[in-house]
Amino acid sequence: MFKIVKREEMSGGTVILNEIEAPLIAKKAKPGQFVILKANETGERIPLTMADTDPEKGTITVIFMVVGKSTALFKTLKVGDGYQDVIGPLGKATHLEKLGTVVCVGGGTGIAVLHPITRGFKLIGNRIISIIGARSKDILILEDRMRAVSDEFYPCTDDGSYGHHGFVTEVLKEVLKKQTVNLVIAIGPVPMMKFVSKITKEFEVPTIVSLNPIMVDGTGMCGGCRVSIGGKNKFACVDGPEFDGHLVDYDELMLRLQAYCEDEKRCHEGFCRLQEAK
Amino acid sequence: MEEKEKKRKIPRQPMPEQEPKVRARNFMEVPLGYTSELAMKEAERCLQCKKPSCMEGCPVSVDIPGFIRHIKAGEFTEAIRNLWSKNSLPAVCGRVCPQEIQCEGSCILGKKEAPVAIGNLERFAADHERTHGTGELPPKAAPTGKKVAVVGSGPSGLTVAGDLIVKGHEVTVFEAFHKAGGVLVYGIPEFRLPKEIVAQEIHFLERLGVKVECNAVVGRTITLDEIFEQGYDAIYIGVGAGLPKFLNVPGENLVGILSANEYLTRANLMKAYLFPEVDTPIPHGKNVIVLGGGNVAMDSARTAMRLGADSVRIVYRRSKAELPARAAEVHHAEEEGIQFFFLTNPTRFMGNEKGRLVGMECLKMELGEPDASGRRRPIPIKGSEFKMECDLVVVAVGSGANPLLTSSTPDMTLNKWGYIQADPQNGKTTKKRVWAGGDIVTGAATVILAMGAGRKAADSIHKYLTWGW
Ligand SMILES: Cc1cc2nc3c(=O)[nH]c(=O)nc-3n(C[C@H](O)[C@H](O)[C@H](O)COP(=O)(O)OP(=O)(O)OC[C@H]3O[C@@H](n4cnc5c(N)ncnc54)[C@H](O)[C@@H]3O)c2cc1C
Ligand SMILES: Cc1cc2nc3c(=O)[nH]c(=O)nc-3n(C[C@H](O)[C@H](O)[C@H](O)COP(=O)(O)OP(=O)(O)OC[C@H]3O[C@@H](n4cnc5c(N)ncnc54)[C@H](O)[C@@H]3O)c2cc1C
Ligand code: SF4
Ligand code: SF4
Ligand code: FES
Repeated sequence: MFKIVKREEMSGGTVILNEIEAPLIAKKAKPGQFVILKANETGERIPLTMADTDPEKGTITVIFMVVGKSTALFKTLKVGDGYQDVIGPLGKATHLEKLGTVVCVGGGTGIAVLHPITRGFKLIGNRIISIIGARSKDILILEDRMRAVSDEFYPCTDDGSYGHHGFVTEVLKEVLKKQTVNLVIAIGPVPMMKFVSKITKEFEVPTIVSLNPIMVDGTGMCGGCRVSIGGKNKFACVDGPEFDGHLVDYDELMLRLQAYCEDEKRCHEGFCRLQEAK
Repeated sequence: MEEKEKKRKIPRQPMPEQEPKVRARNFMEVPLGYTSELAMKEAERCLQCKKPSCMEGCPVSVDIPGFIRHIKAGEFTEAIRNLWSKNSLPAVCGRVCPQEIQCEGSCILGKKEAPVAIGNLERFAADHERTHGTGELPPKAAPTGKKVAVVGSGPSGLTVAGDLIVKGHEVTVFEAFHKAGGVLVYGIPEFRLPKEIVAQEIHFLERLGVKVECNAVVGRTITLDEIFEQGYDAIYIGVGAGLPKFLNVPGENLVGILSANEYLTRANLMKAYLFPEVDTPIPHGKNVIVLGGGNVAMDSARTAMRLGADSVRIVYRRSKAELPARAAEVHHAEEEGIQFFFLTNPTRFMGNEKGRLVGMECLKMELGEPDASGRRRPIPIKGSEFKMECDLVVVAVGSGANPLLTSSTPDMTLNKWGYIQADPQNGKTTKKRVWAGGDIVTGAATVILAMGAGRKAADSIHKYLTWGW
């Protein structure tokens, strides 16, 4: 069992942080890599990016949004409980490089994934401009941590309750107009990454996005995570999860993410009823 | 002579099976197994040949007349002991070996009538031991203090682990999945190979002292060199051929098109047929098409039927004669109402506005000259396009070498297809103290060949640990 040693609720309980004992993985993991977790015998294999690792303590941290049955089940796990299986580190690590100015754009729980990458780019000497967004102030996560690794920092909210009133893409456009940017990293909901890539294409700035298709094994064995990159099939779990944002077929990815929608809804509703009955 | 004549009068004893109509909708095992009486009667048919041709057909040279003689005499414990000396997973092999081209295909009786049911008898001996045996462990040699790591828990890795643990070495199996067994647990379905049997085999190895570390993706969680740094003296790689092939035709990324690896992993390893009792979903197609003609295709088609499909069609680009699947599987599939479309090849998939699969366009094929594999090459017939309606397609057109481990081990030579280069005599790779065998060396093959490779490598590893490289 992989024990949970620390647990936090964020965004009013819709986002959960788990620090988990997994010494082998903690030792190996690099920014951008993910793990697959399975809560119990009947559980699903769920991919989550590592938001942090502590090789000395032998722990990894994941931050996840509660969206369906499996993440709802993860939410019920307390400190001292654990996951039956944690597999990783999986995927390619972010290619960290000193480039100059790097803009890090994050949305929703994507910010959790973005944070270690931002820190990595900062540590090797890049100037960091962060633009992070959420629907509203009380669900914006990791603000302090992102601010701490940024030279310029722009929070945004859809409802205007904090920072820029509107989307991250609007701020990004302003930033790109004003200065030379060497790389943009965008991690968040698929539509956000799609629009960020559209803008950076206009400005001809190289862009990296992190894709999250549905996965099973995470080792390149099932092909369920295939995504079209510049017209070629790639397996996000081994060839990614990071890809050139200008080459991704976002529309296909969005459709593929809906593959099990109906089934998952049934499963999740059943689970919620069970929880209420308890 | 008279004796022989009498034996010939006994017909091959069929194994009782679930009715096709019933079993096509459940996941329970199809053949139900011999009773002791049936097994002894079938055993009587064996002529106990002085030069048994059947043994030449078995890749690991099971002493076929020997174990059958014990069954005939009702000495079931002796029968299983005899089997074990050559084959550590007889319950599995009895069920999944392509007997018609191996042992049974070479049985002398087969010239005139049905061959001895060697596979069924092997299965009987193993099942009888499992349900009636004492579970007594075989003797183990004194500890040698040597440590061996086995990467991958498929049939080849398990064979190496079993062989070396009884020789007194310490053995740890590293498995990427959360459950051990390789294709035996994630690929071959419950109705053909109950997972309980695989679990018992692994439990048996654990009782012998083998350590099984699941969730260990070698190449990611730990590398081969790091395994050596932990004090292991030798490593065996048996990671299988786990890379799905796709057709690369337009529309293949529509929702509703899955590789057989994904479809079967969801069904078997994740038990998605029990959804929503378990959390992993699986698509339920009404009109299902499976592409391919091997065991993997048969397993996918029969799984789709059991998940409640209205129609299941197997589309194969050659003809019936070239089907690579076991004869028994093709027969079972036909009985269960699966339709076959031979000499047909897909050219594209069509979707609706939601990106979901609604149909497939195909071309008719004809057979030309034999290709490198010796099978006649299918050639498209111009202008023969036609459409088939479908809402689920399972692609079972083969698999390749997964580069995950090999790409993290640059100092090991691969062949041009990415498989590991290993000496066929002993499994030695070009990296010192590393052996390899099974599908990752030969390409997708069979359980018994993977086990045979494991046995040869285990002998070689034992020699190395005793005498040096
Ligand atoms: C490499 C990778 C890294 C990820 N990292 C994180 C992370 O750090 N934090 C985080 O909150 N989430 C992350 N995800 C997404 C996370 O895996 C999904 O949210 C989770 O699988 C949903 O499972 P569920 O059973 O709770 O929801 P489900 O009931 O399966 O799905 C609920 C809804 O989410 C959609 N969905 C299903 N699977 C995925 C998926 N893989 N990605 C996105 N949406 C999905 C469905 O279309 C559905 O609408 C990552 C995904 C990948 C592939
Ligand atoms: C659906 C299906 C049906 C089949 N039916 C038959 C049949 O009826 N008869 C027959 O004889 N053969 C059949 N085969 C073929 C047979 O199963 C294989 O030839 C055999 O299993 C190969 O054994 P193996 O030990 O080489 O590898 P596998 O059985 O493939 O086992 C490899 C194991 O290694 C693990 N692994 C992979 N990479 C890593 C890594 N980096 N680190 C750690 N672990 C790793 C995998 O998860 C897997 O558990 C079938 C195959 C399939 C897919
Ligand atoms: S191992 Fe396979 S080929 Fe050999 S005797 Fe048994 S069933 Fe036949
Ligand atoms: S060839 Fe057939 S009859 Fe002869 S020993 Fe083998 S199984 Fe028996
Ligand atoms: S998750 Fe199976 S290949 Fe990527």
